[in-house]
Amino acid sequence: MLTEHKIKELEQKANDIRCSIIESLVATKTDKYSASGHTGGPLGMADIFTFWFFHVLKHDPKNPDWPDRDRVVLSNGHICPVYYATMAHAGYFPVEELKTLRHFGSRLQGHPHREYMPWLETSSGPLGSGLSQSVGMALAEKIDHGMSTDKYIYCFMSDGELDEGNSWEGIMLAGKYRLRNLIAIIDRNNIQIEGFTENIMPLEPLADKWRAFNWHVIEVSGHDFQALNEAVNEAKGVFEKPTVIIAHTIPGKGVSFMERDYKWHGKPPSKEEAEKALAELKAHRPI
Amino acid sequence: MLNPKLKLNPKLFNPDVEQVPIRKGFGKGLLQAGEENKNVVGLSADLTESTQMHLFADKFPARFIQVGVAEQSLVTTASGLSTMGKIPFCSSYAMFSPGRNWEQIRTTITYNDRKVVIAGSHAGISVGPDGGTHQALEDIALMRVLPNMDVVSPCDALEAKKATLALVNSKGPAYLRLAREKTPIITTEETPFTFGKEEIFWLPEVGIAEVGIIATGGLVYNALLAAKELEAEGIKTKVLNLSTIKPMDKNAVIALAKETKKIVTVEEHQVMGGMGSAVAEVLAGNFPVPIEFIGVQDRYGQSGAPSELIEHYGMGKNGIKEAVKKILGRK
Repeated sequence: MLTEHKIKELEQKANDIRCSIIESLVATKTDKYSASGHTGGPLGMADIFTFWFFHVLKHDPKNPDWPDRDRVVLSNGHICPVYYATMAHAGYFPVEELKTLRHFGSRLQGHPHREYMPWLETSSGPLGSGLSQSVGMALAEKIDHGMSTDKYIYCFMSDGELDEGNSWEGIMLAGKYRLRNLIAIIDRNNIQIEGFTENIMPLEPLADKWRAFNWHVIEVSGHDFQALNEAVNEAKGVFEKPTVIIAHTIPGKGVSFMERDYKWHGKPPSKEEAEKALAELKAHRPI
Repeated sequence: MLNPKLKLNPKLFNPDVEQVPIRKGFGKGLLQAGEENKNVVGLSADLTESTQMHLFADKFPARFIQVGVAEQSLVTTASGLSTMGKIPFCSSYAMFSPGRNWEQIRTTITYNDRKVVIAGSHAGISVGPDGGTHQALEDIALMRVLPNMDVVSPCDALEAKKATLALVNSKGPAYLRLAREKTPIITTEETPFTFGKEEIFWLPEVGIAEVGIIATGGLVYNALLAAKELEAEGIKTKVLNLSTIKPMDKNAVIALAKETKKIVTVEEHQVMGGMGSAVAEVLAGNFPVPIEFIGVQDRYGQSGAPSELIEHYGMGKNGIKEAVKKILGRK
C-alpha cells in the first residue's frame, strides 16, 4: 500500500518527467535540425516509468553496472524520450542533457543505442524483439539460480508491436520455461502509427491470448500508482509463470490536445504547442 | 605440394580419404567448449541433431535451450543471455539463421556488440536434394556486411572444431559457416589454427607460383585437387585457405597477390558480396591484380546430388582449373 505522501511524490515526479519529455522533443529543432521524435507514447508511459524508476526497480544510478540490478528492456525504442527523461531525473545523467535528444554526437540517440548510452541493457527501435531478449536474460538467471532468483527482468513493450511475430515467439518461449522473474508491461494505449490498433490489426481478446500462452495476466490502469503497486506485488507472488501487466494508458496523457490522438504518435510539438503543453502541465502539477 | 609445415592429412589425395561433414566438428567443438567453460550455452531452433548440437544438449541439458522453429527468437534470446554474461551458441540452417533473422542479429547482437556465435549449418549448394530453398548462398554477404560481426568458414570438420573453440574466446559476435555433406579431412589435429590468420595449404615444390587460389569452406578440397593437377600440367599455384573471412588476414592475401599477380577465389556462395568480393575489396585498395571469381553467378540452386550441383554451377575441380588457365591469359 502506497502512502498518500508517496503517491503525491510520484505524481510530482511524473509531472516533471512529462515536462522534460516536451522540452527534449521541442529541442530537437534547431537551426541545423528539423523537429522529430515521438510524443504520444512517452507522455502516456510517464507514470509507469516514474513508478518503476522511483519505486519498483532495484538499481543504483550512481553505480549503473551493479551486477545485482534488475534489468530494464525497452522493446518499443521509439518512446525513448520517457526512458531518457526518467533516467535523467533518477540521476543517471544531467537533466540538461535531455535537450541534446537526436543531435549529432548525443548519448540520446533517436532510438536507444547502448554503444552511446552504455547503461541501457539493449538497443531498440525495430519492434518485437525486446521480449525475447528479456527471455534470454531471465533464462540466464534461471540457469544460474534456478527458481530462487530475486533479480527481475522488466520488459516494457507496446501494444502495436504485438503485430510482430517475434513478440509471440518470445511469449511462447517464456511460457515454456515458466520464467517467474520475467514481467512484461504492455503500454495498452490502443494506437499505433497509422491509427487505432483494433482497426490496423485487432489484438483483442488480448488478455486471453497471453493466458493461452501460459502467462499470468494482470490488467490495470497505467495511471494509477496504487493499482500499479498492487499489480507488481501480485506479479512477484506468482511462482510458476511469467506475468504480463496490461497497462491501460492514455496516449499523450497530461496534455489535453494530445490525449488519445494517434496523430501524436510520431510527431514532436512545435514551439507554440510545447509552450501550451508545458503551461498546462505546470498548472496541473500536484502541490 | 601440400605445405609440409602444416602437417596436413597425408592421405588427402587417396581415393579413400576420410570424409566427415564439417558440422560434426562444430558439434564436437561445442561439447568441449561446454566442458571447459560453464558460461557456454546452446540454443537450437528444432534442428539440434542435424546441426550436431545434440552432443552439447545431451551433456548439458540445463544449459541448452530449445526455442522451437523460431529463428528470430533464437538469436534475440541469445542476445539476452549474452547480456547476462553467457556465451551463447545458436544453431540452425544458414538459410533460416541468418537467412530469416538478419535484422534481429543486426539490432540485438552486432549493434549491441554482444558476444553471440551464430552457427549456420547446411550452407551452400551442397545441401543437395532439399533444393534451392535450403541452399544458403547469400549468408557470407549478409554477415560480413554487419559491423562487429566476424565470419569464419572452416574447410573441414577438424578445422570447424578448432574454430568453434576459438570463437568461445574471440572478442565479439561471430558467424560460423558449416556444411551438411561429408567433406574430405584436409587438416590434422596438429595443423595450426589461429582465428584471423591464414595458411598456404599448397605451394610449388620449386619456383614461384603463377596464380594464387584463395578458397574457403569445403571447396578448399577442390582447390587443392585443381592445384595438384595443374602442377602436373606445369602450372604453379599456391592455395590459401581463407577460413576467417572477417576480419580478413590482409597481410596473407596481399602477400599472395604480390607474389602471383593473379588471383582466383573459390567459394560455395554467390559471387556477389561473398568471400571473393571481400578479397577484391582488400586488393583493390592495396595491390590491384586481376581476379577470377569461382562461385554461384547470380542464380539459385536446385535439387541434385551435391557433386553434380558443384560441377553444374562451375565450382568443381575443372571449373577452378579453367579459371586458373583463363587468368593466366589476363593482364
